[in-house]
Amino acid sequence: MPTSYPQLYFPILVQAVIAIAVAGGLIAGSYFLGKKVRNRAKDMPYECGMQPQGTARERFSVKFYLVGMLFILFDIEAVFLYPWAVVYRELKMFAFVEMLLFIVLVLAGFFYIWKKGALDWSREETTVQGGSETRKAA
Amino acid sequence: MDFIVLSLIKAGLIAFVLLTTLAYLQWVERKVLAHIQLRPGPRRVGPHGLLQPLADVIKLLTKEGYVPSHVNKPFYFLAPFLGVVLALLAISVIPFGPEIEIAGVKTQMGMTDLSVGLLFILGLTSVGVYGVALGGWASNNKYALLGGLRSSAQMISYELPMALALASPLLLANTLSFREIVGTQEGFYFGFLPRWAIFQMPFPQVVAFILYVITAFAETNRVPFDLPEAENELVAGFHTEYSSLKFAAFFMAEYANMITVTSIATLLFLGGWHPPFPRELGSDFIPPLLFAAGGAVMLFHGVTQPRGKWDNITLPVFGLIFLGIAALFAGCAVLPMLEPVRQILLPVFWFAGKTGILLFLFIWVRGTLPRFRYDQLMRFAWTFLFPVAVVNLLATSFFVAVFSN
Repeated sequence: MPTSYPQLYFPILVQAVIAIAVAGGLIAGSYFLGKKVRNRAKDMPYECGMQPQGTARERFSVKFYLVGMLFILFDIEAVFLYPWAVVYRELKMFAFVEMLLFIVLVLAGFFYIWKKGALDWSREETTVQGGSETRKAA
Repeated sequence: MDFIVLSLIKAGLIAFVLLTTLAYLQWVERKVLAHIQLRPGPRRVGPHGLLQPLADVIKLLTKEGYVPSHVNKPFYFLAPFLGVVLALLAISVIPFGPEIEIAGVKTQMGMTDLSVGLLFILGLTSVGVYGVALGGWASNNKYALLGGLRSSAQMISYELPMALALASPLLLANTLSFREIVGTQEGFYFGFLPRWAIFQMPFPQVVAFILYVITAFAETNRVPFDLPEAENELVAGFHTEYSSLKFAAFFMAEYANMITVTSIATLLFLGGWHPPFPRELGSDFIPPLLFAAGGAVMLFHGVTQPRGKWDNITLPVFGLIFLGIAALFAGCAVLPMLEPVRQILLPVFWFAGKTGILLFLFIWVRGTLPRFRYDQLMRFAWTFLFPVAVVNLLATSFFVAVFSN
């Protein structure tokens, strides 16, 4: 039964080496194997064979950022839950009441963003003036 | 220095089994999907298409590894690399059997057992988002960008209910080590009902299990949550600009992630390698019966009504192999001198069986359900799964605080 840290983590190092070898092999293999033919049509971004219009470095809906921010807020709550769950049987009711208070506070925030419409993706986005053109959600 | 040799042997063995499983999972998926849609599926390459994975690998090896000049090269190569490395690394903390003794050497089945095993996997899967998001952005293609954006928003949205759903069985187990979590699910109520987390008193984790399976579908970008690669809207989503082995790398990562999430579901909710009913009631006889039935059916069909060209040879051969496996399991169940073999084979059988049933569920759902619309997908995660997961967690903690000793 391995107990020391080197014994516990050495297999992960071995697996990391295997994983890097497999991934590196796949990517290097695709670089060296197979014939190479380049031409202009093939070098365009593949968009169903249409002539690509504009660039892919476009502005996109702010909602993607919003979801990212909300995720960080709520995921920190989830991180607190794990140590709490591990020591739960030693603290019992005390831990329950403490976590209940914490979750009620988090849920208050959750219902606030829900009512504000931050979670509603179907709502028509308010149009933003960008120079002369008007943009809508991506 | 024993542990170095031992870990190298185990790592090699597990890598071989894993890579073979990944290749054949693809074959199983194509076969099952085909039969759901009343098609025969792959059947040209080898008997019943069994050599199809090999043919696919050769095909992908010889395809042109095209790197379009409009891509952002460092991130374009980093994305599939990250995906594969993280997916394969997660396997290293998953155990698939108890501690065993071979030729006097005691070892665990599984590479290692960290005291923070579950957090380790959650951390790796969180970083996995980068593979998809970077792949979509670096491709410099509008479809790929949309696929990458959708997928990153989707994966982080479903990670929240997943983290909450995984926290509630932890309240029963009170540890993050997979081996100890499985240890708390050993034994039976009333002599027949297993103490798996989905049945465990004081609060069975059925809701958490269903939530976890749903979020696992979303985390692995599988139907009905496959919007990142919705082929009829976005060509192929984030991997539109990837070809040959780089494309294969994304697929490998997806299938490895499927195996990881189903293994976690088995370990946390379905009792890991413990049988579904006690040995005294004959759980040892299930594997020989299953293999014998399969072998007998194949033998019978091969001899009496071969449909394909080689069926009269291949089906009896496979049938005999299955009957041999059945005989081995039956020997383990009856003969006391095979006890060491039994202690290796049966846990692996139950673990692989439960994981296999969940993997079949993944494929079955892909053949059955249509895709979500994007606003439905996000609304489902935030306004349904998240509140349900919170309520389930609070209910679990309340019952554990009040009723457990």
